[in-house]
Amino acid sequence: MVVSLKSLPKEKYILPGNAACPGCPEALGLRYVGMALGRRAILVIPAGCTSVIQGLAPGSALNLPVLNVPFASADAVASGIAVAKEIIGEDAVVVVWAGDGATADIGFGPLSGAAERNDNIIHICVDNEAYMNTGIQRSSLTPYGAWTTTTWAGKKEGKKELPLIMIAHKVPYVATASVAFPTDFIQKLRRAASIKGFKYIHLHAPCPVGWRFDPSKTIEVARLAVETGMWILFEAERGKVKISPFSKPYADKKRRKPIIEYLKLQGRFKGISDEDIKVIEKMVDEAWEILLKLAT
Amino acid sequence: MIKALTGNYAVAWAVRLSRVKVVAAYPITPQTTMVEKLAEFIDKGEMDAKMIRVDSEFSALAATWGAAASGVRSFTATSSHGLLYMHEMLWWVAGSRIPLVMAVATRTIGPPWNIWTDHSDIMDQRDTGWIIMMAEHNQEVLDTIIQLYRVTEDPRVFLPGIVGLDAFILTHTTEPVDVPEQYVVDSYLPERRQPYVMSIKEPITMGNIPSSLKDNMKMRWDIHTSMLRAKEVIEEADREWSKLTGRSYGGLIECYRCEDAKAYIVGMGAWVGDMREAVDMLRDEGYDFGLIKIRFIRPFPDDRIAKILGNSKLCLVFDRSVSAGSAGPLYLDLAANMYRLGIRTHIINVLAGLTGLDVRSDEIAYVSRKLYEMIERGEEVKGIVWYFGGDELWL
Repeated sequence: MVVSLKSLPKEKYILPGNAACPGCPEALGLRYVGMALGRRAILVIPAGCTSVIQGLAPGSALNLPVLNVPFASADAVASGIAVAKEIIGEDAVVVVWAGDGATADIGFGPLSGAAERNDNIIHICVDNEAYMNTGIQRSSLTPYGAWTTTTWAGKKEGKKELPLIMIAHKVPYVATASVAFPTDFIQKLRRAASIKGFKYIHLHAPCPVGWRFDPSKTIEVARLAVETGMWILFEAERGKVKISPFSKPYADKKRRKPIIEYLKLQGRFKGISDEDIKVIEKMVDEAWEILLKLAT
Repeated sequence: MIKALTGNYAVAWAVRLSRVKVVAAYPITPQTTMVEKLAEFIDKGEMDAKMIRVDSEFSALAATWGAAASGVRSFTATSSHGLLYMHEMLWWVAGSRIPLVMAVATRTIGPPWNIWTDHSDIMDQRDTGWIIMMAEHNQEVLDTIIQLYRVTEDPRVFLPGIVGLDAFILTHTTEPVDVPEQYVVDSYLPERRQPYVMSIKEPITMGNIPSSLKDNMKMRWDIHTSMLRAKEVIEEADREWSKLTGRSYGGLIECYRCEDAKAYIVGMGAWVGDMREAVDMLRDEGYDFGLIKIRFIRPFPDDRIAKILGNSKLCLVFDRSVSAGSAGPLYLDLAANMYRLGIRTHIINVLAGLTGLDVRSDEIAYVSRKLYEMIERGEEVKGIVWYFGGDELWL
């Protein structure tokens, strides 16, 4: 089902005057979640930037039910909510809105547990590729070569392949998305909401503060990630991978923009060596190879 | 109906009778058979509930709380290292003011690996804002779990609660237990009440950053005040239960042979049974000992204890755990509160039964007699003594 921008609801689920930084991709992502799911959503939010974006109690910038939860606990809490809502018979879509740290690092055990149990929740990993809320420390989803406040010489390890790891859990639905492609993200959210069981959506979310680029360029950077093939949009239903339309052209390596165009906009890759760029290129090629294999 | 039940099965029956809707748990010795029994009740259709078989204790409490916050009565159970692994969630649950009940099979903490009872695990949770109770026998386990659903869901309280039962001594020991009829429990437990429900009907936010730290501190004050109010609610729950079943445990504390006593043994948990026998022995020998059984460590029954200790000459507080570098936590609570309430008596801390080291009734009598006589003779006794069984009393 193709989503047209015109058909999207006008109601605001993230209110103006929230505490997000200028150019924040999480605020964008939350807006799309509201547009996609509307009043059916209950958000479970572990510690992270969105703990701040909500603004100060007793107010809240999120016009949806929100349960703030300890860092590692989100998926387990969501499982409890989903089971209770099933008992009560309430038509809720339980959404975990978690950063890369809460997803891939500290919260990975409960995430894996909820996925294995196939609990009826959507986990959205809003991936800004480091612990931004605490001041740009590296996570297991920080990419190779990136500067963070705990990797001054650039990260030496690649990014954990979370979407593939979630596919390996044999959950009914796994998808990747990007804040630069809202219709694709919204469509995937709606698809996920229509499926019973565990759904995982990995949202690429370039952070101007942590990645060191101008706040006006969030969408540009996010789009370049897709156009260079660094971030691949796909969805996998019951393990069957389908490259999404916005990424499809870049299955052909020749059509990808040079990776340097993506890297050079970001201060976190400043001074990266040609050798390291080659390492990243190789990683991109491998990622495509694996996905295309899974897609056939 | 009288059934032969282990402490763990008494827990399972109480949870079933309380019409709990969601159980989430992770196995740890010696809690396991509670959850196994509940799984059996649910799978056989004898209990209308759902079980979430989670990946850790941390997830167990997180899922239990998620369900409770969503409006259904929920339960979890753990022990020892599992309880410590949950610790962060305990604070969060209490702070959220969502009522739920947990059973804790009190077991020591490693290293070394050790599955026997002491109170290190449960006493480690006393600052979290949970109501914490310790049971003496399996009947009390069953009765108090039911009572705690009533207490925790009372709008005067709205705090979560723990029922502790000693590893193996209760969890795996079979005793005759009177299991009430469902209609009795139904008439005792009102429909679930809670301060708010996470629901798509209302876009509320729980737990975002406060704009006023004064308000935040007042939330702590409110937990404390609700805990103090819980004293009355607990006593009330005990009285109401007694009207229906004939069983009362005295609410926050129970006294044994206190009427004309001048010296007291204070303890909590299963070894209170041994303390009763010790008091009988001492009485037979002419010592004027009585027993104060602490049922609730939170809220702490300060005023009720003070009333008893007002004209005493000696109080021996038996602790099954220690805050290394200070003293036993029960002693610390009792001594500080008695001082605050103006009670001046000789309070001695006996550290015994840690790591599951068995303490017999005659040994409790031995320690009590020895300390009593030393005090009588005017000998100096340090406030904290360690007892390792037999005549190994380190003064």
